[in-house]
Amino acid sequence: MEPKRIQAPLSDDVIMSLKAGDNVLINGVIFTARDAAHKKLAELMATGEPLPLDLQGQFIYYVGPTPARPGQAIGSAGPTTSGRMDAYTPGMLENGMKACIGKGFRSAAVREALQKYKGVYLASVGGAGALLSKRVKKSEVVAYPELGAEAIHRLEVEDFPATVINDAYGNDLYQEGVKAYAR
Amino acid sequence: MRELDSSVISDHVARMCQDANIYLGEDVFKALQSSLEKEESAIGKEVLRQLIENAEIAGSEQIPICQDTGFAVFFVEWGQEVHLNGGTLEEAIHAGVRRGYQEGYLRKSIVDDPLYKRKNTGDNTPAIIYTELVSGDKVRISFAPKGGGSENMSAVKMLTPSDGEDGVVDFVVNHVKAAGPNPCPPIVVGVGIGGTFDRVAVLAKKALFRAVGQPHPDGAFAALEKKILDKVNDLGVGPQGFGGRVTALAVHIETFPSHIASLAAAVNINCHASRHLECEI
Repeated sequence: MEPKRIQAPLSDDVIMSLKAGDNVLINGVIFTARDAAHKKLAELMATGEPLPLDLQGQFIYYVGPTPARPGQAIGSAGPTTSGRMDAYTPGMLENGMKACIGKGFRSAAVREALQKYKGVYLASVGGAGALLSKRVKKSEVVAYPELGAEAIHRLEVEDFPATVINDAYGNDLYQEGVKAYAR
Repeated sequence: MRELDSSVISDHVARMCQDANIYLGEDVFKALQSSLEKEESAIGKEVLRQLIENAEIAGSEQIPICQDTGFAVFFVEWGQEVHLNGGTLEEAIHAGVRRGYQEGYLRKSIVDDPLYKRKNTGDNTPAIIYTELVSGDKVRISFAPKGGGSENMSAVKMLTPSDGEDGVVDFVVNHVKAAGPNPCPPIVVGVGIGGTFDRVAVLAKKALFRAVGQPHPDGAFAALEKKILDKVNDLGVGPQGFGGRVTALAVHIETFPSHIASLAAAVNINCHASRHLECEI
């Protein structure tokens, strides 16, 4: 199965072409956010204040990298468990986010919101932080530097590998894949 | 009495923190390679290939295997004939962790107040340290950086004696099924059986320090490890939960005598980056 090359940020027609189980290679600009950054963004959304980044069409990658050694664009940078962001994800989708990358189960509310706002949830290989770091060509902090590894980073990525878990049609690789191999 | 300077402990700890996070142990590497032969799913094979490549890149370019460089967990066997100079054992270990995580460009993942402020301590201390006094004049230190994602998928259950083997098997297998993709399969499953509520959790943790796939010395428990492993791999969770044959690389059981009324059981899961190192001083 050849992976599909896709460009970030995402357009609606690309999103609708993605199906659970597809392997993709992401190129372009994506942003990072994990627990603490999501909490801060949710507080701004609740009070209607402007966000420190425009979420329209964007990918959010759930990652807290290790510090980069001199000469490296980023340290080890694999996905963290997505479920901890479930409470915030419908709000992020409502505000324009189109795709999120992490690992692990999403809640029913997130899966429904992905269909409602036409978004996708992808997983990269958890624990492949060294390999994934090589696909990040540039990294800079764009918000909340005080959060350290949890700050929002802007990443330029080349052929960043991920697998579609939940597509905009309600399919779920975690359910379908396991069903195919359970004995 | 053998005199030992605390800086010797700190030096060993600092090195272990870096090495364990950067160089995947040969036991795990071999287990990943042999699991590639067992895996039937195309997407599962691709995940395993990425994990093997990841370990190679990590080692050759000094990049941590995983960005979650863990809570620093130590089991120390301290020979009673060793006298430590220059501070307490805890201080010596913490000095080593501090230096290892700083010099190794490892992520600092520990917050001080767990509930309210959650402020990062900045140096990945404190560590979790279990100390056992043993005979002799040697010090044996085992270290594992324990990732949070897999640690969150852990549980203790106070079974009763009538639950028996089936009770233990069902508890572990159902738990792994519910954890699904979250702890980064293929996983290593640490199981504690016996003791008290607190001890059984430590047993499950200690089980993760064993070389991957090395069976329990008692044949009955070695057979139980295999039985649970087969059932876990029949779940179909597969690498990263994408569906496949290889959900776990190994199941390790540690046991302790039990109260006549109890059958305590615990599961502590490690991701495929089952990092652990030991040294003897």
